[in-house]
Amino acid sequence: MTRQHVGPRTGPGPVPGPGRASRRRRDAAYPYALYLPAAVVFGVIFLVPTAMAFYFALTRWTLFDSTFVGLDNFRDFLAEQNLSIGFGNTLFYAVLTSGLKVVLGLLLGVLLTSRLRLRGFLRSVVFFPTLVSTVAVGITFSMLLKPDTGLVNEALAVVGVDGRDWLGDASTALLSVALVDVWKGVGLATVIYIAGIMSIPTEYYQAVAVDGGGAWHRFRHITLPLSWPATYSVIILSFIGGLRSFDLIWTMTRGGPGFTSDTIASIIYKQYQAGFFGLSTAGNVLLFLIVTVIAVPLNHFLGKRQVAV
Amino acid sequence: MRALRRLGAESVTLVLATVIFLVPFAFMLLTAVKDQTQATDLDFAWPTDWPIVANFVAVVEARDYVLLRAYVNSTVITVASVALLVVFASMAAFVLQRRPGRVSRLAGFLVLSGLIIPPAVVPTIWLLQALGLFKTLPGMILAEVSFHLSFAMLLFRAFIAAIPRELDEAAQIDGCGGFRLFFRVIFPLLRPVTITVILVSSVNIFNDFVNPLYLLPGDENATVQVTLYNFQSQYNTQWNLLFMDIVLITIPPLLLFIFFNRKIVAGMTAGAVKG
Repeated sequence: MTRQHVGPRTGPGPVPGPGRASRRRRDAAYPYALYLPAAVVFGVIFLVPTAMAFYFALTRWTLFDSTFVGLDNFRDFLAEQNLSIGFGNTLFYAVLTSGLKVVLGLLLGVLLTSRLRLRGFLRSVVFFPTLVSTVAVGITFSMLLKPDTGLVNEALAVVGVDGRDWLGDASTALLSVALVDVWKGVGLATVIYIAGIMSIPTEYYQAVAVDGGGAWHRFRHITLPLSWPATYSVIILSFIGGLRSFDLIWTMTRGGPGFTSDTIASIIYKQYQAGFFGLSTAGNVLLFLIVTVIAVPLNHFLGKRQVAV
Repeated sequence: MRALRRLGAESVTLVLATVIFLVPFAFMLLTAVKDQTQATDLDFAWPTDWPIVANFVAVVEARDYVLLRAYVNSTVITVASVALLVVFASMAAFVLQRRPGRVSRLAGFLVLSGLIIPPAVVPTIWLLQALGLFKTLPGMILAEVSFHLSFAMLLFRAFIAAIPRELDEAAQIDGCGGFRLFFRVIFPLLRPVTITVILVSSVNIFNDFVNPLYLLPGDENATVQVTLYNFQSQYNTQWNLLFMDIVLITIPPLLLFIFFNRKIVAGMTAGAVKG
């Protein structure tokens, strides 16, 4: 009557409950030694430099020796205009790219889950840029955005709009790079939305149909709220990516003209090239702090809403 | 009537998507096969000449075959780091999923921080230099492994959660200890997710630009992405060669995409949704 343990251990003697013996057996099956290779590589190559960055950020540093200078590097970063411009630019870039990826990704996701011929082809076409090297995309679009011969301006001329030197003009350089980033990254947002929308049970849509609701109702009251987990992923992913982004900016403008399109990541590289290793590392620490200060509460806030819906 | 309107809307969507997403690729291809004078126009004119082979040879021979060396380097880095990544990440993810407790809570926290925290580049250089690994392929490989570990572990952990524990117990009764249990019983079952991890990380590592830029300076160990970046200033009059290089670098991900489209998409969305 009281035999709870069905299985091979039914012989005489004490029945091993969920006590010490079984735990020891379990521990033997999953030894911590399996963590070891990953822990060594991650600890040495990632965690140690991350921790040391907090010290080296406070020094004037040549890789071989370092002099402690307190918070001087951080003061420089906040005071000098060619360094502090990075904060605003980085935030602008991250907000714009993640915002556009959410909106366009959702629209494309809805479109590509509807009954559309060539749906598979379109999905591939939209997704493929995600896999292409960022440097290649950056170079190609630099050509397409050239002021005189670039295709973008020629296409605009056809509809009667005067183009400009998109990447050479301080007011449009960062914006142009951000839009190219959206072009390259919207495919990933779209497939995340497609996965989210496909997981919505069809009963909900049938219910709307019974109530006589149209396409807008379906979108507003079913698709939009129930694809919230996808929105959450897209925001977190593209926001963190946007804060860290370097490749595209570096290949398209190198932070120029002047330093008007510099982001924190490109400033880190410039200071490294110039040999200011302490200053460069201070930039890294600041980027770390910004990402943490924004990503952790954002994750918390968005995660909560996910439960509420 | 409705069918007609539907058809109209579909064609508009199709044309728009094609223009926006395919025109840049068409431009790459066209420029890559033109001769030098025509390529300077940077337009959509149909090539009058098709010096495909000549352009190809010129790019490969440029700067004493730097592109070939870069291809070898990139391949070595990608293959070696993906191999290590698969073994290390699956081992760690197995314990992480199966053995809850304080150690695994810490490991879970580190996995998340690995996803969020931007690597501290100059201190990484300092460390690799101290280990004698700066500007070397092994150093680059270890760096790629550590930067991509978190993502791979997330995918493995989610997959392992669906493998029943009864299997572990059965193997134990047959006398399998920890390592044998993992490598003989569990690891073969991870094949589907292993393929996904291999695909997604090899695309990411092959396309990586910023880490080789910092950790592998100089021509000798250059990767294809860094070489392409350097070609940009060298070939600013020979656009046909620059774009031939771009085409050559885009071929490996394109091939993977053609053969493993679904797997790649599944891996990238799974990682995102669970992250």
